[in-house]
Amino acid sequence: MTDLTSLTIAEARAGLASKSFTARELTDAHLAAIEAARVLNAYVLETPDRAREMAKAADEKIAKGEGGPLAGIPLGIKDLFATRDIRTTACSKILGNFIPPYESTVTTQLWRDGAVLLGKLNNDEFAMGSSNETSCFGPVTNPWRRDGSNTTLVPGGSSGGSASAVAAQLCMGATATDTGGSIRQPAAFTATVGIKPTYGRCSRWGIVAFASSLDQAGPIARSVRDAAILMRSMAGYDPRDTTSVDIAVPDYEAAIGKSVKGMKIGIPKEYRLDGMPAEIEKLWSEGAEWLKAAGAELVEVSLPHTKYALPAYYIVAPAEASSNLARYDGVRYGLREGAKNIIEMYENTRAEGFGAEVRRRVLIGTYVLSAGYYDAYYLRAQKVRTLIKKDFEDCFAKGVNAILTPATPSAAFGIGEKGADPVEMYLNDIFTVTVNMAGLPGIAVPAGKDTQGLPLGLQLIGRAFDEETLFSLGDIIEQAAGRFAPAKWW
Amino acid sequence: MNAPAAPHKLIKGATGDWEVVIGMEIHAQVTSNSKLFSGASTAFGGEPNSHVSLVDAAMPGMLPVINEECVRQAVRTGLGLNAKINLRSVFDRKNYFYPDLPQGYQISQYKSPIVGEGEVELELDGGRSVTIGIERLHLEQDAGKLLHDQSPTMSYVDLNRSGVALMEIVSKPDIRDAEQAKAYVTKLRSILRYLGTCDGDMEKGSLRADVNVSVRKPGGPLGTRCEIKNMNSVNFIGQAIEYEARRQIDIIEDGGTIDQETRLFDPNKVETRSMRSKEEAHDYRYFPDPDLLPLEFSQAFVDDLKAQLPELPDAKRSRFITGFGLSSYDASVLVAERESAEFYETVLAGLADKARDGKLAANWVINELFGRLNKESMDIASSPVSAAQLGAIVDLIGEGTISGKIAKDLFEIVWQEGGDPRELVETRGMKQVTDLGAIEKVVDDIIAANPDKVEQAKAKPQLVGWFVGQVMKSSGGKANPQAVNDLLKSKLGI
Repeated sequence: MTDLTSLTIAEARAGLASKSFTARELTDAHLAAIEAARVLNAYVLETPDRAREMAKAADEKIAKGEGGPLAGIPLGIKDLFATRDIRTTACSKILGNFIPPYESTVTTQLWRDGAVLLGKLNNDEFAMGSSNETSCFGPVTNPWRRDGSNTTLVPGGSSGGSASAVAAQLCMGATATDTGGSIRQPAAFTATVGIKPTYGRCSRWGIVAFASSLDQAGPIARSVRDAAILMRSMAGYDPRDTTSVDIAVPDYEAAIGKSVKGMKIGIPKEYRLDGMPAEIEKLWSEGAEWLKAAGAELVEVSLPHTKYALPAYYIVAPAEASSNLARYDGVRYGLREGAKNIIEMYENTRAEGFGAEVRRRVLIGTYVLSAGYYDAYYLRAQKVRTLIKKDFEDCFAKGVNAILTPATPSAAFGIGEKGADPVEMYLNDIFTVTVNMAGLPGIAVPAGKDTQGLPLGLQLIGRAFDEETLFSLGDIIEQAAGRFAPAKWW
Repeated sequence: MNAPAAPHKLIKGATGDWEVVIGMEIHAQVTSNSKLFSGASTAFGGEPNSHVSLVDAAMPGMLPVINEECVRQAVRTGLGLNAKINLRSVFDRKNYFYPDLPQGYQISQYKSPIVGEGEVELELDGGRSVTIGIERLHLEQDAGKLLHDQSPTMSYVDLNRSGVALMEIVSKPDIRDAEQAKAYVTKLRSILRYLGTCDGDMEKGSLRADVNVSVRKPGGPLGTRCEIKNMNSVNFIGQAIEYEARRQIDIIEDGGTIDQETRLFDPNKVETRSMRSKEEAHDYRYFPDPDLLPLEFSQAFVDDLKAQLPELPDAKRSRFITGFGLSSYDASVLVAERESAEFYETVLAGLADKARDGKLAANWVINELFGRLNKESMDIASSPVSAAQLGAIVDLIGEGTISGKIAKDLFEIVWQEGGDPRELVETRGMKQVTDLGAIEKVVDDIIAANPDKVEQAKAKPQLVGWFVGQVMKSSGGKANPQAVNDLLKSKLGI
């Protein structure tokens, strides 16, 4: 029954409904796959007992005809989501063995709909990273390798565990979060589909915060349809998160296969970077042609402030992070290092508990908010953010339905390859951060491979709360490009 | 030059007079059932850490949600201070590390507070009054409390207060001496208590003041200020200002300069001490809290609250003066505390003739009741004499059933034993005797028994008082004094 793990959620849903297999069998197949793939380091905590219990409950509900939309679907959960009575660490040593007495809103909704928890997935520490190398549990390995090479590649980050597990069929789908590209970049690196919904679409309650004004939860899955299915369960207004928006959640799956005829697709000229690999350029044109062939109209658009987005992002996000991470002080929970006095306790605890990248961002954030620097950095970055938002608004005001861009400037790179220069790492987010800065939805869809056989993705950026259009367009690309799975080597 | 007398006190120094300039930041705990951003209870005195939600403990992934009642309370307060209400305000984070601050930042309002400029009118001794400007009022979270006495080696933290809503009310530097400062705090406290937006309990820390003090030559440029932190008594505020002003004057007159710093008042030594200098001040790195949207509400929301505002002390005071002929002093005494004013109003409401006896009722509330309560160290809430009982006593005096003197005896009986005053007067035979025949007999007896006094009284009519006294004594105080007086005058021919 090992081929159960290769099913999409939509296929598994049909199989469960027709009683071709049980939720328990589906879960067991995944638990076995997880066990066999520990070398990928995608999971930081496996919860087989909980998984079997939930699968059994799902089977009972399915038998009674009461199965929810995700009844019996086994999922992995990024370790940034608080899971009640199950260790939640954000992959930081500072949270230690933290076991929350509460469940995040997003995962609560998944369990409400019948999903099964397989375990907690690795990520960059506090979601700060683009390669999943900053996790205190060690790096995650991408199941993809270059043709004829044994080089271990990163899955991207920060949702590297989510992307790797979905691509390697260690779960049918996964939750992820995206602050500057943390869903879309790893999706692109692993030939999976990842969508960052509009800011406010999913509740942030119970998700360990990185940068509150940018963080948003979303799914990673193996097809556009699967992403749409997961999205519907994850989304929704939550009175406990006042930045979540009280508007109805549509049936995203209904958008799959909808005609895109007459839609205007913007191609932003500022995203054509100097020195961009030809294969990325080619992929981008191909994607545009597929959408055109489906009846969409291509228009060149301008997003003039794009070049300021990355520097502004690396001011706003660390500023918020420096404050959000102040609660990890050793006083109430998590790691506490001994010391002679309180100041020393703070210093020792935070020096020992935070990894290098987190420390760097806390320092940057503290600096840009300091008296005398606030106006020059934080305030200017916020102004840039307003301009970036306006760029998109102007574009959509001209009737553009969605914007097509590459998802990443390159394919997956090797572990340790980009460790030395943080800016080189930050450049991974160049196509994705603008979307977070503007609070818009963005989806990454696999669109092809580079010359070395590594997957590449395209990104579609939509109007606020119009994720449906992204699913419709993403499906066109998926239909044209096909779906990709890595050759199993582990 | 004949300058008008300064409405405030100047301090004499070796180089001449000095003027004190004072501004205050009052932290008032908002009266609400739950905290500013969480559903945890605000009840005082619970077991440590028994009123702590996941948000208050700053668990990972927890988010603040504004408590609308706290917003209403801040708006009410703003209206009570005749202040501008800002329909849009912003919550900011004030970042610093301390074990009583779980989030590592306090959610406050920095650049855009909920309430803008307003003013408070102070009545000072001698009928003087002065207006103190309000700079702003903003909402913020309180911190928890460190417990240092629970263990020889550790400090414990109680987060019950963590996240409780405070209003910080910032005055303009309009206060000029300790008397004004004390009057300002007293008045502000009174307004808050009338509004029901803060219980004003300074002992429990519901109202605390940071006092900024500087000195200058009258009319000269402002001096460097020092901030005296966390004062929780009106008297201490007065003492601290007197001390601090003198300290600064002495330094300047000795050729020194004032360092801007934060100081603490030691009530035992009656002095202020340096806590931290400007250089040691925190860099709070304020920035808008990204977990909270700007706070926005409509003018209709404000208007609705305004329409339901209770009568405030100033308005009540003038109503008492014009409506019932109270003296300015008596009216001030009655309105100073909301409970006193309410008690008086309840007495008034039960009177048979408010216009006739309103002033009499005020005398009885202030002199007999408050006097007695003070003597027994009791407050009005625990008064054994109710407003209805006191009102009945005043009615009995007003309608002439009992004399003022008997009324005092009656008050004592009601205080000790309780009971319906009107019934007591009946059952205990305390009714004033107005039967002229009965009184006349007593009068005749006294006149007959004292021929020498009668002669003296004819020469010196004031001696009628002695006769009145004798008649009252003989009647057990129950004779109507007016009737006795009239009878005596006619019988004695004076």
